[in-house]
Amino acid sequence: MGRYFSLSAASLLLASGSAGAQTSTQSALESAGAEAQQIEMLFWVMLSGGTVIWLGVVGLLLHSALVNRRRLAEKSASSIILWGGVVFPSVTLCALLAYALWLMPGLRPFAQASPAALRIEVTGRQFWWEVVYHPPLGPPVASANEIRLPVGERVELTLKSADVIHSFWIPPLGGKMDMIPGRTNRLSIMATKAGLFRGPCAEYCGTSHALMALSAVAMAPEAFRSWLAAQAIPAEGAGASGGALFLRHGCGSCHVVAGTDARGLIGPDLSHIGSRATVAAGILPNTEDAVASFIARSDLIKPGSRMPAFDMLPPDDIRAIAAWLRGLR
Amino acid sequence: MWLVPKQIETLWTLFTAPVVWAAHFLVCYIGAAIYCAKPELVGLSFSAVRAGIAAATVIALSLIALSAWLAWRQWGLGTDDPPHDDPTRRDRTLFQGFATLLLSGLSFIAVIFTAMPALFLTECIR
Repeated sequence: MGRYFSLSAASLLLASGSAGAQTSTQSALESAGAEAQQIEMLFWVMLSGGTVIWLGVVGLLLHSALVNRRRLAEKSASSIILWGGVVFPSVTLCALLAYALWLMPGLRPFAQASPAALRIEVTGRQFWWEVVYHPPLGPPVASANEIRLPVGERVELTLKSADVIHSFWIPPLGGKMDMIPGRTNRLSIMATKAGLFRGPCAEYCGTSHALMALSAVAMAPEAFRSWLAAQAIPAEGAGASGGALFLRHGCGSCHVVAGTDARGLIGPDLSHIGSRATVAAGILPNTEDAVASFIARSDLIKPGSRMPAFDMLPPDDIRAIAAWLRGLR
Repeated sequence: MWLVPKQIETLWTLFTAPVVWAAHFLVCYIGAAIYCAKPELVGLSFSAVRAGIAAATVIALSLIALSAWLAWRQWGLGTDDPPHDDPTRRDRTLFQGFATLLLSGLSFIAVIFTAMPALFLTECIR
């Protein structure tokens, strides 16, 4: 049985790479957020500036090596060095630096008169993301491994770490910001297009660093609000029969499932796992097979994670728990 | 012209401009760091920090310009062209003057680059 699960886990991992690429984008060059757009523009300006300078230098080199090989008089050589080697680079660098600095206040608009309506607190953990929404009205809403945000509204992210340094980065939506133990960093993003985006952990954080990703879903504001309201209450499927197995096998000592006795705080909140785009922190498609494989052989799918393998459980129980979790929408 | 220092022969004048650059860098960075960590201790607005950085920049640029002028004088006011590589006392002096002039230019630009963020940033972000 162990072999069955390890094989299916490996094939799932292989498959998830291509499946993820079709549905979500992780490119900073396909910006879908106000901040990301400025960063993309900065990239193109720097790239264009660098290309022009490179072409100029290589052109001058080829010109002096192939076309005009005559020795320059010392006076004109000195003036080429002065104007081409000192004045031009200083002025160009000054202009590029000024442009980059000019962008900065817009990328961090925290001092503006109207603060962001929604604050999302994301805490990096080996190797998953704890997410807590702080809406302006109502109590905080806990989730994990996925953030959702309303299109056209500025969101403030509060970034923390519970263990080692992680880094939060959803390239199509905004810039990268480290999550440092003992510190709270702030990042502002405003999605301009609806869509599903992927964010990798961008700072090496341990064995499964490469298997730590985040889905970000930008949705219409009304849809977002009704989604958030639904997240604040227990999922409809929480009372179904698989829940008893979940509790009997001890899953509740590490995971929270709202509406049940599962109140563990060590692993991700699973209250609405069925509605997430991916499972296991962005690395597996959200299917019953994937959830069952992860329960059985989490040690193979995510080496070094704190979730032990549960392949000693009867396969039928694993299936039933996976089906129940998929029903928590 | 009692204000203008006499020409002296020492290696130390070579470092004047980079030392001013370093001091300006520390004043700007440490000043902004202290203000942003404990604004209530300093009791000023961020505009005052920017004005302080502007004043430090004007002072630093003036000192570097003075160092550059002295270096230019040591270099023979531009009458001689490099390389000054003869094993003579005159060439050694000219070489040092020219090197000091170049370092002053580098430090001048560096001080401007160090101060530029204060032109655009209007508040501390923690």
